[in-house]
Amino acid sequence: MKLALCLALPLALFSQTPPAAETKPAPPPPNPKSTVYFNPRSGAEDPRIGLKGGLYDAGEAAFGLQRVGSLPKPPGFAPGNSFVAPAPPPEPPAPGAAAEPATPPANPNQYGSTNSDLAFSGNHLFVGNYNGINLYDIDSPANVKLRTSIVCPGGQGDVSVYGHLLFMSAEAMNGRTDCGTQGIPLPAGYVAPPPPPAEPTKPGEPPARVRRPPPPPSPDRFRGVRIFDISDIANPKQIAAIQSCRGSHTHSLLIDPKDKDNIYVYISGTSTVRQAEELPGCIAEGPDKNPDTSLFRIDIIKVPLAHPEQAKIVSSPRIFTDVQTGNIAGLWKGGNHGADTQTTSVTNQCHDITIFASAGLAAGACSGNGILLDISNPINPVRIDAVSDPNYAYWHSANFNNSGTTVLFTDEWGGGAQPRCRATDPMIWGADAIFTLKDRKLTLSSYYKMPAPQTEFENCVAHNGSLVPIPGRDVLVQSWYQGGISLVDFTDPMHPFELAYFDRGPIDGAKRAMGGQWSTYWYNGYIYGSEISRGVDVMKLVPTKFLTQNEIDASNQVHFDELNVQNQPKIVWPSSLVVAKAYVDQLARGTSVTAKRIADLNAAIAKAEAGPTDKKAAPALKPLAASLEKDAATVKTVADANRMKALAAILNEKAR
Amino acid sequence: MADFARFVPTALLLLSTVTAFGQSGPSASDSPKIIQPGAPGQPGKTLTPETAAGPRRSPAKADIEFMQGMIMHHSQAVEMTDLMPTHTRNKILLALGQKINVSQTDEIGFMKQWLTERGQKTEMPMAGMDMSNMKGMDMSHMHHEMPLMPGMLSPEQMKALAKAKGAKFDHLFLTGMIQHHQGALTMVEDLFDTPAAGQDAVLFDFATDIDNTQLAEIKIMKALLLKEKK
Repeated sequence: MKLALCLALPLALFSQTPPAAETKPAPPPPNPKSTVYFNPRSGAEDPRIGLKGGLYDAGEAAFGLQRVGSLPKPPGFAPGNSFVAPAPPPEPPAPGAAAEPATPPANPNQYGSTNSDLAFSGNHLFVGNYNGINLYDIDSPANVKLRTSIVCPGGQGDVSVYGHLLFMSAEAMNGRTDCGTQGIPLPAGYVAPPPPPAEPTKPGEPPARVRRPPPPPSPDRFRGVRIFDISDIANPKQIAAIQSCRGSHTHSLLIDPKDKDNIYVYISGTSTVRQAEELPGCIAEGPDKNPDTSLFRIDIIKVPLAHPEQAKIVSSPRIFTDVQTGNIAGLWKGGNHGADTQTTSVTNQCHDITIFASAGLAAGACSGNGILLDISNPINPVRIDAVSDPNYAYWHSANFNNSGTTVLFTDEWGGGAQPRCRATDPMIWGADAIFTLKDRKLTLSSYYKMPAPQTEFENCVAHNGSLVPIPGRDVLVQSWYQGGISLVDFTDPMHPFELAYFDRGPIDGAKRAMGGQWSTYWYNGYIYGSEISRGVDVMKLVPTKFLTQNEIDASNQVHFDELNVQNQPKIVWPSSLVVAKAYVDQLARGTSVTAKRIADLNAAIAKAEAGPTDKKAAPALKPLAASLEKDAATVKTVADANRMKALAAILNEKAR
Repeated sequence: MADFARFVPTALLLLSTVTAFGQSGPSASDSPKIIQPGAPGQPGKTLTPETAAGPRRSPAKADIEFMQGMIMHHSQAVEMTDLMPTHTRNKILLALGQKINVSQTDEIGFMKQWLTERGQKTEMPMAGMDMSNMKGMDMSHMHHEMPLMPGMLSPEQMKALAKAKGAKFDHLFLTGMIQHHQGALTMVEDLFDTPAAGQDAVLFDFATDIDNTQLAEIKIMKALLLKEKK
């Protein structure tokens, strides 16, 4: 999440006739243009409209998804806990003034500390949170059990796991090396230098001012990536804390198949640069003032697996450099793209990077640009393409499809705390942008946005998702904050459509409140959601007109030992008849294969499944495979051709 | 960190864990543990649900003032854009003002939510009222008026804007809004330069993003201003 303070102005169409001055005009919706397909907003019949609000008793609507379990946040994180904010600094009492007692908040933290990203390992689920990490047992997914809580604040707490190592991002000012919750209090007896005199401002001029002296540096502050040893899951230990200049908003693991001794962590920092007095070498000035600026780069940590405590930053590549001029600020400069376009942030950071090591590529969602990196050399990623988009405010995250031919980016317009799915918000703003990837070039193909209009009380915009391993299809299960969960089928990158959804009413039906799904990821047959305020949700797919039980069964043949979505695994399906049946169901939806052929395939597979009693069943698959292979060459639909080839391969193997 | 240093604290950690268990009774072994790890190589602590929840605390004063001040700051932008329908027919500017109006109103909603959830007033206490609550604020420039947040237009500037029409209004609006936006950047800079401020993670994210988005928007207005001269 990034909370945006958008003080201005993606250009929107304004009413042509100036309304009367005394009545405030109802704002007309912005009317941006799209050169490609985007899915339509759903109509009044959508059951997600008008759901009752409530923290734990909100109304729910679902299609193709069934919620099988939920668990509220535990003590230390749950609603009613104290805020993770420092006590007011000890101020020296002014002469003659009575000491002022601190006033505790009238109401406690209503929704607890924010749940964030997810990681998985074996039968464990790790849920990041602004106050630490919660570790859950998911042996029984419908009955998730809390195993251990780690209290360790410092920002959104993005998590990843590798073996017994648990990684966590810290970016905010309150993070402490010792995981303390007190923030960074001032040294005893510290007296702040007097503020500089205020000067009058002139119209059109920046306010003339002398910058305040910075606060004292602190050796206790931690901004960067923490590494915990979770060999004993009941007793995690912090073994390393790697400091960085902008801290770590997100991070992504890179496992280099050629390097068995080390793993790498790409750090994306989006915040202010700290003082050199606190972390030597940090430079907050822009590249015009100092070419060694800590802006306009990412940081890469090398973790020696034999000695993870020795992990450190080994490179800070300038991946936004203009290769022609050498200007390190070589990508999007900030601003809009002309009339009726979005205002896009300057590219001086990445927000998130998805590593797809099996293709040797990474997709960076980097503020003003989507970029493609060649990661053959993990510590020296090379930018091979960069795209911008007139309807994008802030490039937030990315997913590849499994064959590496499509990249789906998200735009976190408004930063995640704003309601951006109202009926008046454009369907192409705060949406997914789906790009085809061919010859290492990205081309925009379509936009997709969760289609059900949400209330003004529900923060909603495109957010994190993961692939659902349905063979023969590209499907992403995606979070939309209080817009709920939406599964998008983008097999045809030109025409994405909604496959399934789950939504709740607002956290509070009468006023704004922060909540909703931060991340929803598929892991070994279930979809896990980290609900910001409500806790952990667990869902499973159920068949609909868009998805058969065979396809669900086929997806459940995939098993991950570990899953960090931003270190995207290559999915490989077993050569099984369960998978074959999914392909047949998919071919039955289209016109590439005749109904007669579908019936033959179904019959032959059913016989083969019946087992060794029928000795002719297996060999009978062979001619079917051969004709599928032959026909695949002339079929017009690429997805069907791929399904036919994949199906033929399974049938051939089973025929042996 | 030398190796031996890591081993000693591990032993201490085990010891402290055992102690904590002893205190929380025999049933505690079934309930999940709440661990607060120490710094690398240092022992951690086992917390109870009560200690994990921590004492109820107020947000830092500078954080409250930042949010209250930014609400006031935003409100002026809304006030400026409210003038537009009767003061200009410049479509590009009207579209721009429209967008400012909508986003500032949304942001005000978010900031009020932040303050209300923390039991704080959404408005800055007025000067001349209970001054004892405002200790620590820079009062030197306030006298008995509302304090002006950095970049906010002075009452004189607002009057001039309200009087102007057409191209004159457009010019004053653009220069004024640029000044206003740059003031927001200043406010963020000041916040992070204030000792012990900006440590509320939600506020931190919010304030941080101002830096990431403001310059882009100032750029658009500067381009419009440049066009004006042509």
